[in-house]
Order: sequence, then C-alpha cells, then structure tokens
Amino acid sequence: MDLRYSEEYEAFRGEVRSFLASSWPLQGDEAELPAVEQAALFRQRAIEQGYLARAIPRSYGGSQQDPDVLKATIIGEEFARARAPGEMRGIGPSMLVPTLLEHGAEWQKERFIPPTIKGEMHWCQGYSEPGSGSDLASLKTRAELQGDEWRINGQKIWTTGAQISDFMFCLCRTEPEQSKHAGISYLLIDMKQPGIEVKPLRQLNGGADFNEVFLTDARTPADHIVGKRGEGWIVSRSTLEHERNMIGDARQTKFIFKGLVRLAKQMGRLDDPAVRQRLAELEGYIAAHEYSGYRQLTCAARGEDPGPVSLMNKLVSTNIQGMVAKLSLDLVGDGSLAAPDGSARGMFQGLRDTSGWVSQYMWSLGIAIAGGTANIQRNVIAERGYGLPRDAAAQSSK
Amino acid sequence: MDFGLSEEQEILQQTVAQFLEGECPVTRVRDIFDADEPYDAKVWAGLCELGIAGLLVPEEHGGAGLGMVDLALVAEVLGRGAFPGPFLGHALATVALLEGGSEAQQRRWLPRLASGEALGSVALGEASGSWEPDEWTPSLDGDMVSGTKTWSPAAAGADLLVVGVAGGELVLVECGAAGVTVEPIESVDRTRRLDAVVLESAPCERLADGARAARRVRDAGLALLAADAFGGASRLLAMAVEYAGTREQFGVTIGHFQAVKHKLADMAVEVEPARGLYWYAAYAWDALPDESERASAVAKAHLTDRFMQAARDSVEIHGGIGFTWECDVQFWFKRAMFDRAFLGQPALHRERAAALGGWAA
Repeated sequence: MDLRYSEEYEAFRGEVRSFLASSWPLQGDEAELPAVEQAALFRQRAIEQGYLARAIPRSYGGSQQDPDVLKATIIGEEFARARAPGEMRGIGPSMLVPTLLEHGAEWQKERFIPPTIKGEMHWCQGYSEPGSGSDLASLKTRAELQGDEWRINGQKIWTTGAQISDFMFCLCRTEPEQSKHAGISYLLIDMKQPGIEVKPLRQLNGGADFNEVFLTDARTPADHIVGKRGEGWIVSRSTLEHERNMIGDARQTKFIFKGLVRLAKQMGRLDDPAVRQRLAELEGYIAAHEYSGYRQLTCAARGEDPGPVSLMNKLVSTNIQGMVAKLSLDLVGDGSLAAPDGSARGMFQGLRDTSGWVSQYMWSLGIAIAGGTANIQRNVIAERGYGLPRDAAAQSSK
Repeated sequence: MDFGLSEEQEILQQTVAQFLEGECPVTRVRDIFDADEPYDAKVWAGLCELGIAGLLVPEEHGGAGLGMVDLALVAEVLGRGAFPGPFLGHALATVALLEGGSEAQQRRWLPRLASGEALGSVALGEASGSWEPDEWTPSLDGDMVSGTKTWSPAAAGADLLVVGVAGGELVLVECGAAGVTVEPIESVDRTRRLDAVVLESAPCERLADGARAARRVRDAGLALLAADAFGGASRLLAMAVEYAGTREQFGVTIGHFQAVKHKLADMAVEVEPARGLYWYAAYAWDALPDESERASAVAKAHLTDRFMQAARDSVEIHGGIGFTWECDVQFWFKRAMFDRAFLGQPALHRERAAALGGWAA
C-alpha cells in the first residue's frame, strides 16, 4: 500500500504542467476559433504528447501508452486544474470504442475509432425495445441478410442522443430459429437514411435526451457486424460492462458531492447540525466508493480479481446519487416548487443553481434505471457474486 | 500508487485466520461468551506467540516493527472470527507508549507488552459520555490521580492501564497499586468485556507526550474499530448467504426468493466497497499525518453503522432462529453494538469530520 507519488511521477506532473502552460488556453488566431474546434485542436496535441486516448493504439488515433493509473490520475488532476478539455466521453468513446477494441474487425477499428475519439462521429445505442427492458434478450427487431446488406425492421427505445447521432450500434435478431440469447447479432447502422425515424421522448424532468427509433427496411452493409452472427449478446455484455463502469465511476460521485457541499453553503445551511450529519454520512459512502475504485485499479494493474465488488459499482454509484438527490431537495427548499429548466441537457448539467439540482434530483432516478435497473444489478450481484440461485423466471425463459 | 496488500500482509491475515480456526473456532467463542471468565488466557497467549501483541513495537523493543495497516488487517481477521480477548485495549495501550512514552517508559513497558508478558489496556471513556481527550476529568495531584473512568476493556486482568486525565493527557497506572479499583460491567459484547475503573489517589506516571499520544490513540482506535467492523460485517454477510443456500421453505432454498436475494445484494453493496475506508484510515495513520484524524473519523462512523445494519439484516435473513441465543449471529450483533459505541457514536465522529473538513457557512 503506497499512495504517494514517487519522484518519477512528480517529474511527470511537471511535464504535464509545462505542456498545459504552453498549450491551453490556445493563443493568437487559434483563440478566435469556435470552442468545439479549439477543444479538438487541443485534444489532438494532447494525444500526440501521450496524455489522452492512452489505451487506444496509435494506428487508431490514440497515443498507445502503457496502462498507468497514477499517470492517468495526474493527467486528470492537472487538466482539471488548467480547465483544459479532457478525455472525450459519451456513448461512442466510452462504450463503443472499448467494445470494438475487444471484438471488432481490423477495418472496423480503423474506420470507426479515429473519428469517434475525435468527437467527429457520434453514436447511439440500440438495445432496449418497448417489450424488452430488463429482459433484453427477448428483443424482436429483425435483421435479415439480403444479398450484401442487412434489412432491419423493428423499434428501439430510450435511445440517448439518437437525433444527433451518425451511427447506432444495435442488437438485432438475425437467427430466429436459435434460442433467445443465441439469435442476436451486433450491427452498426448509419442513422442518416430514409429507413430510420427518430422521435424524441419527453422525460420526467421535462427534457428530451432519449428517443424512440423506428427502423423500417433500414439497411447496413453485410460486414457491419461486430463479432459473428449470433454472438451479439456476448459482444453486448462487453459494451454494457463499459456502460456500467462509466456510470459507476467514483469521480462522478465525488464531483457531485463537492457540488452538494457547495449547495449547502450557498443556501446557508452548512452550519445546520442535521445537514452536517447527513453530508458527513454521505461522505462515508463517497470515500468508500473512491477507495474501492483505487483497490480495483490496483487489482487490474496486478492482474488480480477484486471479487464481487466489481459487480457493484453501478449500484453503489446510483445509490449514492439517490442519497445526494434527497438531501439536495431539502437544501433547495421552496426552489423545488418551480419547474426545472428542461433544456439543461443531461446529468450533472447546471449543478450551480437550484433549477439544475431539481433536474438532477429527477435524473438520479433515470440513472438508476439506465444500463440495467437497480433490481437487475441486485440479481447480478447475488447470482454472479455470491452464487445464489438464478431467478425462476429467468430460468424458465431460457 | 498501489492500494492493495503486499504478499506479507496477505500471509499475516491468513496466519491469524488459521490460528483462530484451529484454536478459537466459533464453538470456542460460544464457550467463552457464556463463561464467567472474560476471556481464555491460553488463546490470547497463542495470539501473542504469533507476535500480534508486538506488531507495532520496534524490533529494538522486541516487536515486529510493522505499521497500523498491518495491525488493522489483523483486527479485520479478529473481527471476522469474533475473537474474544483483550486485543483492542492492549493495542491501544501499546500505541500510547509508542507515541507518547519517554525512552525510560518505553524501555520499561514495550518489551513486556510486545511479548504479551504484561497486559495493557486503556481507560478513556467516562460516564457522562465523554470520549474526547478535551472532556476528560480525572485530576492529578503530583504523582497521584483521582477520578472515575468507565468502559475500559479487560481492565480487570491488565497489568498496566493508560488513563485519560484532565487536560487531554495520559497517565500510566499499574493495576495492582493502592487506590485502584476495577469493577466488572455486565457487558453487551461478552467477547470484549468492559470494566469501570475508580482511582482514589492512585500512584501514576505522566506519559511524556500524553496530549499527542491521546490523539494518536484515539485515531488508532477508530481505525481498528473500523477494521473490526468490516471483518464482522463480512462474516455476517457470509453467514446470511450460507443460510439462504441451506434453509428450505416452500420446497426451495430461501435464496431462490428475490426478496431474500435482493436483501443479500443490498447488504453486500453496503459492506464490501467499504473495505478501503479502514485501509485508508490505517494507511493515513502511518503515512499521511494531515489526513489521519479525519480519515479515521469517517471510517469508524461509516463502517460501524454498516456493521450494525448488517447484523440486523442477518438476523432477519435467519428468521426465528436468528433471534435466539443459540444462533451464532448474536456474537457479531453484539460486537457491532460495541464497535459503534466504543470511542464515541458515529454522530460524534461525523460532526468531527464536518468540522475538520472546514464545513462552515
């Protein structure tokens, strides 16, 4: 156990700092560019330095660095301090890219990874259907191979960002004669085509981040399949794991907790003993989740199995977000009588005012459902983590 | 950065676990729990032979010269086994001498404490509910101390008591001395029985740097209680999982029912990720002096609350049998009550954490 930074790492921190001092914010003409272009320019330079896209091979536009949790932490800290754009996040970079690295064909990696990590290609996830939520493997969207392309018919739902996406990674039933899990394939589908219609779904908080996607004779080339025919379920497990890791990331809960302490201060409640108790109780969970993350990273670096805790990150994180939400509502007080600003897109947006917190209060429920509901997480933990019997319902439908 | 155990630390945990399985399995815990004698001196002597009593003591004084992380790892294993004996008080008395003893005091006591030849304990709590150094009341008159302390673990069998006195200082009192009366308390946790200590002009010796030692003893105690709580809570979870896999109702083991599975999953999610809290508190005690006080407060408050809740949940999963004296769950239920209250309730340490974190309007 050693949480100190050695001299080697302190020297590395110095390098990162001097890079940032000369690279961000951009200077001269470059400072006049639109914000998105400035961020893209900076990210490209950071990748060249080996500071971003570290797990991605150079041939796919990454910087291909040896895994090093400490260096990644230092980069994160220093970039945050300089308010410089960090790693690209979101569905494409965080979910599809790792899945392609694991299961994709060579040409798929070359074609899709570089634009995705640059933020030039946006992705959405076609998993859930109106009749297939927790029982995802019962999905009905059909894909039939006709000549050299797939024809896809069906409907997807809860599709985050479908209206702004270039491509969808989509689970389709391609082998209807096979058993439920073995009949699914993982296809990549161009969203800009006549066979696809996107309808926004208005959420509890008034925003519309999710969509329904209708596929009517939509097409995609025969080779736009990740893994083999009928192996889509296995491929999707990999994506789902990355989604749960993304949701379970302790940096998010730490970030939101800092915001909560700030809110308590803003509202003049940080002296209230009851508020202090609840904040301190929450901090126990926040710190536990953070150290649990350190331990899991250490295990990963050593090639050891951390045990059942690796199955818990999503539920731990969404439990925390639920507790944060409840306390935030008490702190916001009468502000919760006003409708939240539905245009505050997505989670963690606008945590600086009470409207943003009211929106986050509602979002905390969405995140407990997305990527496998809390109750499904409990099944996974009990069954895979502790060897308890599978649900009767799950057994009968196999 | 590395947040994991070394091979030596894993072997240390395995060694202590194997010792307990052989010398103090849960059947032996039950015998001791129900006996009049507060603990089995033979089992304690066996643990001392393993070197546990002197784990923190430098080699020059006959110990192993290890750190608080190592001691906390042992505390986790002892918590998991509901070890009945004077580990905690002895460890904290040793910490007091290490952190605040003069060279002469260390030379005199540490070798005997490290070998287990002498038994140490601490007398910190007071009937008013005061655990914090600045609230202690016994007064000094030259080399004499007078006052009443309570909740002192295994004081009755101890040779040396480290007593918290007015001004947040610590003094050394030898138990056999005139003016020292030790009264056993009917304790809820019969694996770690407590005594009241009445001092009437008892001879004492001031610890050279008592004020500093008092804070270090408190922080060490909080980390060790958190470690014990993690070990105990893990055991309660394991027992509940095992019971759910054997107890049959409606023709199937109760682990088939989602109501039971989900409760077990929720227990696991409360307990398992919190291991790092006690690791971090112990690591901070060793290596991060600025963070030690707050980290140990957060760890103790959080883990002892989780332990108590795990005990309630485990009784529930066990059903009727869980509510009996016969069911082993009660040992950990009562250890949870001890861990939660000893050295101050979670609320006290949460308020300390709030203040130490600079939370102010």
